[in-house]
Amino acid sequence: MSIRIDLLPKKKYILPGNSACAGCGMMIGWKILGMALGEDAVISIPASCAAVVQGLGPKSGINMPILNVPFASAASVATGISEAFKQLGVKGHSVVWAGDGGTADIGFAAVSAAAERNSDVLYIMYDNEAYMNTGIQRSSETPKGAWTTTTPTGKKESKKDIALILLAHDVPYVATANIAYPQDFYRKIKRASEIRGFKFIHLFAPCPPGWLFDPSLTVEVARKAVETGAFILWEYDHGEFKFNPPSSALVDKSRRKPLIEYLKLQGRYAHLTEEQIKQMEEEIDRKWQFLLRFAQATRRTQ
Amino acid sequence: MRALTTTKTALTGNYAVAHAVKMARPHVISAYPITPQTTIVEKLSEFIAKGELKASFINVESEFSALAVVYGAAMAGARAFTATSSHGLFYMYEMLWWAAASRAPIVMAVVTRTLGPPWNIHDEHNDILAIRDSGWAVAMASTVQEAFDLTVQAFRLAESAYVPVAVGLDGFVLSHTVETIELPPQEVVDKFLPPRNPDLPLRLRPGEPITMGNIPSDDRIHAEHLKNIYRAHQEAKRAIYSMDVEYGKLTGREYGGMVEKYELDGAKFAVVCMGAWCGDAKEAVRALRREGVPIGLMRLRFVRPFPDEEVEALAGLDRVVVFDRDITPAGGILGREVASVLGRDKVTNVLAGLAGVDFKAEDFRKAIKHAIEREYRDWIVAL
Repeated sequence: MSIRIDLLPKKKYILPGNSACAGCGMMIGWKILGMALGEDAVISIPASCAAVVQGLGPKSGINMPILNVPFASAASVATGISEAFKQLGVKGHSVVWAGDGGTADIGFAAVSAAAERNSDVLYIMYDNEAYMNTGIQRSSETPKGAWTTTTPTGKKESKKDIALILLAHDVPYVATANIAYPQDFYRKIKRASEIRGFKFIHLFAPCPPGWLFDPSLTVEVARKAVETGAFILWEYDHGEFKFNPPSSALVDKSRRKPLIEYLKLQGRYAHLTEEQIKQMEEEIDRKWQFLLRFAQATRRTQ
Repeated sequence: MRALTTTKTALTGNYAVAHAVKMARPHVISAYPITPQTTIVEKLSEFIAKGELKASFINVESEFSALAVVYGAAMAGARAFTATSSHGLFYMYEMLWWAAASRAPIVMAVVTRTLGPPWNIHDEHNDILAIRDSGWAVAMASTVQEAFDLTVQAFRLAESAYVPVAVGLDGFVLSHTVETIELPPQEVVDKFLPPRNPDLPLRLRPGEPITMGNIPSDDRIHAEHLKNIYRAHQEAKRAIYSMDVEYGKLTGREYGGMVEKYELDGAKFAVVCMGAWCGDAKEAVRALRREGVPIGLMRLRFVRPFPDEEVEALAGLDRVVVFDRDITPAGGILGREVASVLGRDKVTNVLAGLAGVDFKAEDFRKAIKHAIEREYRDWIVAL
């Protein structure tokens, strides 16, 4: 399915008066969510950047129904909303819009449980790779080597692959997405909304103040993450795993841009040595090899 | 018109609550097991499996999520129920406040149990009393029949005052004890408890933009909101009285509203307590009356809203003995609540039945005598 940007819905769901930072990657993603689900979504938002960028109540800078909820509760609250709609005969999508901390750390038990129950929820984790709302503290989604205020010499541990963990829950749909590829994200939201049950989308969303780059570079940083292979676009739909373009062409390692092109745009990696960058490239390749074998294995069993 | 049949049956407190929830026709129930609450959600799952109740039954991974699920359901317009106890209630703590400040009309049974360490599953009231300032209405049943009646009434209270309601019942003492109870006909419950209006207090619907719980532009908006919760509790008092009368007309059971008064006419002394052991306390009052002691009893049915006016009516008495099945480093919770109305000189506070230790009618009698004869002015811990 190809989607032309000029044919996407024109109605705006992100309004002037919201309080997001300049160049916020998450807001670009939210705009696409509005285009895809506009009139159908009811959104649960845990403590996060998304909880504070809505603008000041009783007004709102987001033209969608939103329930703000405690940090660890979003997947469970969204389950309650979807079950209520089912019982009351209301048509719509219960959507979670949560950050990486609220999903992969404090909210993980609830997310895992909602997946195990196969609750009818579309869970979108926008990943800015740290606790940005409280001022750039590391999360389990912070990549190894990255500076944060609680990892001043660079994070020692690897990034948790939350999408693969959710896939292992045997849910119908899991995908990764990136704000630099709006048509791909739009298509994935649309596809997920056709499916009953638990759907998970991991959305890569760079953060200018947290990653230390100029706000004008958000889309470029996001695109470089894909082009260098640091972030991989894939989709798992009812047992079928596949890479999505442009990542599908990057299975061939020689077609990936050097990782340094992605890292050098960001201040959070400025302290890395050449040796550390080489290690990061090796880890990225290991991830590719794993996903490739996984893709081949799922193909064989079909 | 055909005659409506009241069913006389024998049930445990937990099964009585489950029957009440079934007859309240909820949309969403969330379940996590914790002793001694477990049989409530087990029974409800059975009702649903047998097709006797049409509702979503959501198994969750923790009590925190149990409350989060019914919170989401209630905010989306559903009638929703869950149940918990002790450590489970404390694991919900953040959600308790969020639900109350959202004015979510949730009903939750709290089967009271002591807190560890050491691990102990027996009865105590510290758990339910610890939530008294969260914005929930907090009730406490004294019999299996009242556990049923209070649960039905809790839905109406929650959906008229827009405060979540916790219905307490003593762990094992009520939850696992079989008593004969009367189940009203479904038609009577339906008349008392019409279907929930899914549009109130706020309507969360696709295509209808509304933002709930985002940062206020002025802290005064938030402060005003908190004041409204206080007001809602004052209104809830009136609702509790009118509900009690109406329920009494339909079922023949009226409890007195916020408090039950027993032998208080002409009394010079009064006992104040809550929960199942009020039965033992009444027994002690009867024995003391036979001995010529002019004494009565006031049983608190609700501690939130607190029955200030009702307790104030005891001001003319010589001494008020408050029994707490809880302990804090500052004394008993109810003792301090009652003393806040009557003054500390008037109140003797007895802390007993802690950690599930049995406290019988004769123990009550001795403790009361001690309190009124020696004019004991300190706080007593009676094991």
